[in-house]
Amino acid sequence: MILMARRILVLGYGNPGRGDDGLGPALAQMVEKMRIKGVTVRIDYQLTVEAACDVAECDMVIFADAAKFGDEPFFLQPTPAESTMGWSGHTLPPGAVLRLAQVLYNARPEAYVAGVRGYRFDEFSERLSEQAEINLNKAAEYLAEWLKTCEVSSGP
Amino acid sequence: MSRAKIIEIEPLTRVEGHGKVSIHLDEANQVQEARLHIVEFRGFERFIHGRPYWEAPMIVQRLCGICPVSHNLAAAKAMDMITGAKRLTPTAEKIRRLAHYGQILQSHVLHFFYLCSPDLLFGFGADVNERNVFTIIKQKPELAMQAIMMRKFGQEVIRATFGKKIHGSGAVPGGVVKNLSIPERDALLKEMDQMLKGAAMALAMARDYTVENQQMVERFGSFPSSFLSLVRDDGALDLYHGNLRAIDSVGNIIFDQVDYQDYGDYIMEEVKPWSYMKFPFIKKRGHLDGWYRVGPLARLNCCGYIDTPKADKALAEFKSLTGGKPNHMTLAYHWARMVEVTHCVEKIGELLEDPDLLGNELLTKGERAPEGIGVIEAPRGTLFHHYRVDKDDLITHCNLIVSTTNNNEAINRSIRQVARASLSGVPKITQGMLNHIEVAVRAYDPCLSCATHALGQMPLVVELYNHKGDVMDRLARG
Repeated sequence: MILMARRILVLGYGNPGRGDDGLGPALAQMVEKMRIKGVTVRIDYQLTVEAACDVAECDMVIFADAAKFGDEPFFLQPTPAESTMGWSGHTLPPGAVLRLAQVLYNARPEAYVAGVRGYRFDEFSERLSEQAEINLNKAAEYLAEWLKTCEVSSGP
Repeated sequence: MSRAKIIEIEPLTRVEGHGKVSIHLDEANQVQEARLHIVEFRGFERFIHGRPYWEAPMIVQRLCGICPVSHNLAAAKAMDMITGAKRLTPTAEKIRRLAHYGQILQSHVLHFFYLCSPDLLFGFGADVNERNVFTIIKQKPELAMQAIMMRKFGQEVIRATFGKKIHGSGAVPGGVVKNLSIPERDALLKEMDQMLKGAAMALAMARDYTVENQQMVERFGSFPSSFLSLVRDDGALDLYHGNLRAIDSVGNIIFDQVDYQDYGDYIMEEVKPWSYMKFPFIKKRGHLDGWYRVGPLARLNCCGYIDTPKADKALAEFKSLTGGKPNHMTLAYHWARMVEVTHCVEKIGELLEDPDLLGNELLTKGERAPEGIGVIEAPRGTLFHHYRVDKDDLITHCNLIVSTTNNNEAINRSIRQVARASLSGVPKITQGMLNHIEVAVRAYDPCLSCATHALGQMPLVVELYNHKGDVMDRLARG
């Protein structure tokens, strides 16, 4: 069996000026500091179409985001490509970014959403809530271990 | 260590808001009123109280994840006044301009190719599941590829001038913190031919659509209005700096060359009980008649010419459609947007050849002032930032009028117009009506993220009320 190095992208998004909406960028920053082999990190306020270019160049992508709902302290789930665009906004859901990467660049990376539970979104604050901070640390710890197991994959 | 679960996909993990449209009928089931309700997030103006003024340009970028550059520049321009930097160094002003053109380019391109072109190519009546960018990619892949390249180029311009998106530097009071390096400049220059080609393609597509469908475009969500924008002191289009000009529906000047430091003498804001959004109006025309439109359509109607050749030629063609009188066609916003894309590409090319971008004089200052106002033409229209600071440099007052707020009344009128045209006496929201409302609102490219929460996708919800105020029908999309 040949082991191949995988190109892994962690794409953290959200607004650090809106309380717990900053969880995505915060998680991505923590991963960046870990300097895990093969892992590249991108941070943005929102997911937009050009993210498809970065996604097309990786074997695996993790969309790191804040979650208002779902399991505490965080969840990690596979996410499929989907043809869903908003009616007006300039932002996209992860599935639409994946679909764009697929139809524009014929890229089909393995994809996950890492959702960290947050609680305070409706305010201008550059601080995470206390519980969100705890959730973030747990998510980062888990992701660090998990990503190390994803560094290589079986070759053909 | 926590154990994560692999669970079924939820439709959305992020916080959602929505754009709600309410349509109110009279006793004869005719549309009396239509309103777009956006829950504007007004906390920012309080949040920034007590912060040192030099932090403001950085903090305001967090107002909106879609156009952080515009808010950064408007705030920096206000803080230039406070720090006494009445004239920036050539390097600082040109770096700011370059970032601004990059921002407008990428915003307009995304809107046109990914949100609007499916309407134009497939028609408003097409099934919403087909009327989207994925069908465009199938049928016209070159269009989608061009769009993504232009969008990426705009982002690269911003990265080269202002650094990383979230933790970048941006403009600061009195100037900027970085110049352009030679490798950064050369990398951008290499893309210019492709950008000009893409701008020409988009411009032709938007123009042809408007001209070929002129009768429909003249009627769709359109109405006479006043317009407001910045113009240069010689009347030219200027997206970064200038004075305020307002014209009425036939093109007469309402006011001209007004220093925006005096905007409070000319513009007032009204609050209505059913909306958190403010309704600005031109003071001397009063709150009933003083509303106006901003954005690309307003800018082209207000300006006398454009100082780049391809865009100026396009402007002449745009103006000739209405015999030089103001163009009131709401769908002509798309064409106007592509004229501006052409202008931005030309300006970026011009600036990249300018050695001032590589200069080292980045900051300047002068006599400290207690108050500053910064105004810029953001992608969606005129954006006002107004601050007062105390003797300890802390902000004591902040007032923002964001572009979408300026267009508030106009968006409502467009909705009312298309709702009237598509409701045939039966109190029912049809898919056709929803399509038309969606297309009319989208023409303004409203920044729902900016005017409200910066979080996630926003479904469009339309509700129909009878004359007693009871909900008769409700339809959602998005």
